Parts: sequence; C-alpha cells; structure tokens
Amino acid sequence: MPQRTPLHDVHVRAGARMVEFAGWDMPVQYAGILAEHEAVRTRAGLFDVSHMGEVVFRGPGALPALQRLFTNDLARCADGQAQYGCLCRETGGIIDDVVVYRRSAEDLLVCVNASNRAKDHDWLRAHAGDTSVENESEAWAQLALQGPRAQEIAQALTSLRLGSVGTYRFADAEVAGVRCLLARTGYTGEDGFELFCPSADGPRLWGALMEAGQAHGIAPCGLGARDSLRLEMAYRLYGSDMDDSTTPLEAGLAWVVKLDKGEFIGREALVKAKEAGLSRKLVGFTLTDPGIPRHGHAVLQDGKPVGTVTSGTRSPTLGISVGLAYVPPGLAGEGSTFAVDIRGRAAAAKVVKTPFHSKKK
Amino acid sequence: MNIPDDLKYTREHEWCRLDGGRALVGITDHAQAQLGDIVYVELPDVGDPVKKGESFGVVESTKAVSELFAPLTGKVVEVNSPLSDAPETINEDPYGEGWMIRIELGDVKEVEQLLEGGAYKTFIEEEEG
Repeated sequence: MPQRTPLHDVHVRAGARMVEFAGWDMPVQYAGILAEHEAVRTRAGLFDVSHMGEVVFRGPGALPALQRLFTNDLARCADGQAQYGCLCRETGGIIDDVVVYRRSAEDLLVCVNASNRAKDHDWLRAHAGDTSVENESEAWAQLALQGPRAQEIAQALTSLRLGSVGTYRFADAEVAGVRCLLARTGYTGEDGFELFCPSADGPRLWGALMEAGQAHGIAPCGLGARDSLRLEMAYRLYGSDMDDSTTPLEAGLAWVVKLDKGEFIGREALVKAKEAGLSRKLVGFTLTDPGIPRHGHAVLQDGKPVGTVTSGTRSPTLGISVGLAYVPPGLAGEGSTFAVDIRGRAAAAKVVKTPFHSKKK
Repeated sequence: MNIPDDLKYTREHEWCRLDGGRALVGITDHAQAQLGDIVYVELPDVGDPVKKGESFGVVESTKAVSELFAPLTGKVVEVNSPLSDAPETINEDPYGEGWMIRIELGDVKEVEQLLEGGAYKTFIEEEEG
C-alpha cells in the first residue's frame, strides 16, 4: 500500500484527486492543474511536500563528511543558508539532487527526493564515516507556500520578520504556534517558503495557512501544478530528467559542481568527463509544430534518433509546448532545431534559453 | 455526473448522437472530469476512415495523453476544428460545443452494441468499484 503523509486526511476530506507517486498516495490536483498553476503565478498556492525526505548530519565531523558527498561547496554556505547540489557516485552519476540546510557546521539537514529517501540515507550513512547520519523523514511534515502573496500570508502568522529571510536563507520560526524551520526556498520559480514542522503539527499548520491565505486567493495545490510550475522554470526532476546514469554536467547542473573545492565522491570522474567533452546535454526546447512533447519521446535529426525528451508539457503560463531533452552537443546551442517523434509524427522543435518563464520585475 | 438519456455510450467513455446514417461523437462528462484540464487535441481529417474500437485521435491534459476510440465504423464527414485552438471547450461543454467528429456510418448494426445512458452509468460505477 502506498505511504501517506501526515496531511493525507486533509487532502481526502478536501476532495483532492489522489494518485500514487513514488510510492506515496498524493494529491495530483484539487480544483484543476491550470487553476492551481495560475494561483501560484499570480497569488499563492499551498503544497504538501511531506513525501520529501530529511536526512540530518550532526556532530563535529558533520560538515567535512557532507562536503565529501556533495558536489556544491558548503564552505561557501553560511549558517542559516541553504544550498542546492547533487550527490554523485564515483562514476559521476547522480544519486539525487538535494538541498542542504546548514544550521551550523555541526548540524546540516539534507532535503532529498521522495523516491530516493532510503537510497540516499543508505548511501550517505555508508560514506560518512563515524558522523551521525539520521533519516528523520518520518518526523517531519513539509509544506510549500509559494507565490507573490506568500510573504503577506505567512507574515500574519509569525512574529519573525520575513523580510529579513533572504532567498535560500532560513530561520527557526513559530508559525501559527507551530515550531518550524522556515526557508525561502521552493520549486516553482515564485517567491515563497518551505516550512518543515513536526509531522503531528502538519495539519494544523496547513489549516492556518489556508485560512490566512483565503483573503489573498490561496489555492491548495497538487503534484500536477508542482510539475508544470517547475518545468516552466526548467528545474530538473530526478527520475525524469536525470538518474544514476547521467552526470550533473550533462544535466546542465555544472553550476552546482565545484570541482575546485577539494575531494568529493565523483569528482575525479567529472573532471575526466569535462576534459573528454560531453556526449549529450540537457537542453530546453519549444515545439514550433502542434503537439506536446512527453518523457520518452525520441529526438530526431534527419529522421534518425539522436536523443530523448525527458520532460514536456503545455506551458500554462506561455500557452506553448515546452520540454527538456538530452541532445548531442552539436544540437545544444540556442536556436538549434530538431524534431520530436510524437506518436510517429516528426514535430519541429527549437532550442531556447531557459527558464521558459521569467518573472516580470 | 451528467449522462444525457438521448445519447449512446461506449466503455471507452465516448458518446454518440445518432442522426439517421450519421453520428456525432465526443467524450463524456465523466471522461473530461477524469482527464482534468484538456490542453491539446488531435483529430482526424475529413474523409479519414475510422474503425470501431480503434484510435481516431488523442486528447492531452497537462499531465497525460489519452487516446480517443471510435464508437462506430465509418468515414469522418466533419471535424470540430475550433477545438484545436480551444481544447478547454471539451471540459466546459463535452456534449455540446465539445463534440469532436461526425461519422457517416459504415455498418448501422454496430449501433446495437452501444450502451444506453443507464447501462453506461452502471458501467462507470462498477469501474470505480
């Protein structure tokens, strides 16, 4: 039977449509994906992301231990700051993409993907020496409040001055009487917060945020909108756009790989891969013909398969079809054209700059 | 759940409005609700043959692709082409403006195999367990 988050009853009672995702019974939509997507882009949306896992490194050796397992550089991450990066195998293949919340050099929380909870914990534990590595996933609920109105909504429920919490920064906060780790992070491209709280308090925090958000047009959101929002930003999704057989360099994540920071697992392979030159790159594209690209569709050049689509959808904000695909380096430049095999029809596509959607300042 | 009495149905959630030797075809209210927001539709051309039980097009929601299955055999004589620019019409008015194709029937006897509204309702209830 699929696992349930602490918010499961709340979703079912609210009439959400539930589906199985990565072994979890999760809401895919409430009112509808397009309406939820629009709410997040223009007002606010609330997501239950308690299926995400939390693995915590503690003790005097915590920082160096995690540094050896993480592609980004936590020495350049201050206490109270979060950092995105990858965990890699010796081959350079991606075990997971994660966000590390550095509470101190001796206390770091790693937020991992739902599908990788056990795999990550096993890997981290096996390679962290005597450092304490705890899988605290069961103990935490996680809510994502996202959208331009997120700050106003949350501010009504906490005495912490939210304006003082910068992007990718976090603080301990009491929100609606619930003790949280409150971070200005997210997966939508909008301003907003991710709130980690004790599992038992999840439903109470959800209820309080929904109530405070009512006047601001908040919408409860499911995984469908989460996916279309992240794809408009070209944020990668583990399991779709990357896995153990792809490297962060191929996946366009070189910006979170700090080859000069010192030793870490996978570094040697990535240095070699970089020197040898990449054989494929993940690019963003739009379709110039009708159709919607989907995960698994072949990328064609002169009628021959040369790559694969890893994500695709109809962008609700832009009204065009967008996708991510692995293509040979020769096709990766902006403006390059290729075709996508949509059920036997070759639909023309063009490589574009990402994110597909950019916020108007 | 809206299941008009004057239409015939399939177990693939298409409806038919019969009119002499022709049938108007679309997907049911139940189908559109299950699919969610429809953002793309691919329909055949006028003159294309369709065969009962075989795919005649696709509808796509933000998340998923679903095939459309012909309820009857025949030839496409009309296509609701405005749907390509306004696929959301299928969600908004599945039995009206959201119709998809009109078929000239090849074998009128096939009509007997279609479900009446009541039988279709029972089918959905059984399908949902």
